Amino acid sequence: MIFNGKQRIWSEYQKEIPDDHYFYVRSCIRQNFFPASEKTFLDIVQNRLGLDFFETEHHTTCGGIAYHSDSIPQETLMTIVARQFALMTDAGYKNYVASCITSFGIYTETLETWRHYPELETKVRESLWKATKREFNKPEYLAHASDVIYKLRDRIATASVNRLVNKKTGEPLKVVEHIGCHYSKMFPSKGVGGAEYPYVLTGMIEAWGGEIIDYPERRHCCGFGFRQYLVKANRGYSLSNTHKKFESMKPFKPDMIITNCPGCPYFLDRWQYVISEMEGKTYGENSQGIPVFTYEEVAGLVLGYDPWDLGLQIHQTGVEPLLDKMGIIYNKADKYKL
Amino acid sequence: MNKQVLVIGGGPAGLEAAGQLENLGYKAYIVEKSDKLGGHLLKWDRLFPESISAAETLQKLLEPVGHITTFLDCTVVSVSKTGEHFSVQLSNDATLNVSAIIVSAGFSLFPAEKKEEYGYNIYNRVITSADLEDFFKTGSDSRIQNPKSVGFVHCVGSRDEKACNRQCSKVCCITAVKQACEIKEQYPDADIYCFYMDLRMYGRGYEDLYLEAQSKYGIRFIRGRVSEVAEDETGKLVIKAEDTLSSKPLKITLDLLVLMVGMIKNADNENLSSLLNTRLGDDGFFQSASPILRSTEGEIAGIFFAGASTGPKTLPESINEAKASALAIHGYLSKQK
Repeated sequence: MIFNGKQRIWSEYQKEIPDDHYFYVRSCIRQNFFPASEKTFLDIVQNRLGLDFFETEHHTTCGGIAYHSDSIPQETLMTIVARQFALMTDAGYKNYVASCITSFGIYTETLETWRHYPELETKVRESLWKATKREFNKPEYLAHASDVIYKLRDRIATASVNRLVNKKTGEPLKVVEHIGCHYSKMFPSKGVGGAEYPYVLTGMIEAWGGEIIDYPERRHCCGFGFRQYLVKANRGYSLSNTHKKFESMKPFKPDMIITNCPGCPYFLDRWQYVISEMEGKTYGENSQGIPVFTYEEVAGLVLGYDPWDLGLQIHQTGVEPLLDKMGIIYNKADKYKL
Repeated sequence: MNKQVLVIGGGPAGLEAAGQLENLGYKAYIVEKSDKLGGHLLKWDRLFPESISAAETLQKLLEPVGHITTFLDCTVVSVSKTGEHFSVQLSNDATLNVSAIIVSAGFSLFPAEKKEEYGYNIYNRVITSADLEDFFKTGSDSRIQNPKSVGFVHCVGSRDEKACNRQCSKVCCITAVKQACEIKEQYPDADIYCFYMDLRMYGRGYEDLYLEAQSKYGIRFIRGRVSEVAEDETGKLVIKAEDTLSSKPLKITLDLLVLMVGMIKNADNENLSSLLNTRLGDDGFFQSASPILRSTEGEIAGIFFAGASTGPKTLPESINEAKASALAIHGYLSKQK
């Protein structure tokens, strides 16, 4: 592989990411799947780094799941988005950051649609006023939470107590980075690094000492999607996509997977159990599976957070072998204590 | 009458035009921005459809122009028209006073790295058709190591809205067929695949070469686009494509992938068109006075065109157009006192 070829592409897909003063909106489902990820994100930015990240209990889902399942039309979605922007405006913020990749895709799609069809924006403003008597400004900057951690990666590296390195051998951990489809596949210029070779997670892994793995099915969807997953009868299709990815990454012997989407780590983590039950096949060293993390969890590990405070006990694929590899000290007895 | 004519561009069209003008009794000057005459023809090995040597063809184009005043490593800096004459300043500070100008600035090759999904300059074994032609000429490219399976991707940067090039580059299909046969000659055990959108075999002998590629060389032609290229753990390329004729997606592992990069406007066209006060089309190529009856003449009197400066062309078309352009200049200047 010609690394500076990728570097050239990354330099062309740079995006401006403010490092402070954000209005933060959560994901519908992340707190269920990976309960401490959002909490860790806020703890890092607010308490560890002293930045201004604001959230309000009055915000809602972005409507993405309903929209992508064809349950609500685009105008309804855009009005929900407009209300979110109104909350941001009322709170006095101009930078908007979404925890969920699908949300990021929804907000990007909405803003781009309004740019091309301003009459639709006018109609949505009228709808919002009629429904809620609210008005809004559009965000000056829209980021995904992984963009923010990417922007802060060097500060996190400086404050780190653990590295993505095998403590015994000194070798960098081999890391698979999986980017949610809604991050840059729809609007490549809105993602750090573009669509083909995104850099947002690669940059974090590099800064924290790991080694990136590029494997043939790197770009492939994990299979979460919406229609294929929400309809139970279609779940085999979702599973087959994850299976394809694991078969493809297997020869590269990854130590861990890091993702930036709510659904992707869920599938990549949980489906390993299903594959082992259905096919008797496991991945990773000693057939212990390949642990899957959100980027907030990895940032937390690197900064020395207790693994159980990061919610890692909820993971289906055990994380302890990796923690041991990294030389992280943890108390096994505390794993399920409340 | 001022019988001096400036030829901008020392590629095949410019060389032919200059030679014809001298035959007709005019004094031609050639201005060439690189350090050699010959344009893209310098880089090719064999020419379709009959595998004629590119080097020998170039030599025949160069012989008649040996005595012609040539400015290498040189560009046009300014052009001013007074009456029927042009005063042209060159980057070497020379000033030429000419009665006519031929624009034979040619084309550029599409930069393959722009089609990021194909991994040019990222994955080691992805090369362009120009790289392969260089390999045939020199016998040396570290990326080509006894390949057992080779793929050709047609229409890279051509017929592509996303790449901002809607035009068909005309020569890529026949070049792919030619190169597929050539690489099969070199590596008889290799499996060769061509991934095409349409096969444009319009020229004389092209269809025969296409049939020979299939029957004699066993080249497999797959109608469908390549969606992405990746590298496996051994460094081989994993290609995903669509086979539209069997309506199936396919995945194939290859040792080498050749991107058929298209002809796009020369990077200097904007500057030249501004200097010469001529129009460019939406595709960035020069606009002639009329595409049917006056395709070698510019809209401004005294400006003429030859070769790929007005759009993708084959080599014989460029050379014929150069002859036509020289004759058109002769007709134009004969009317002057």
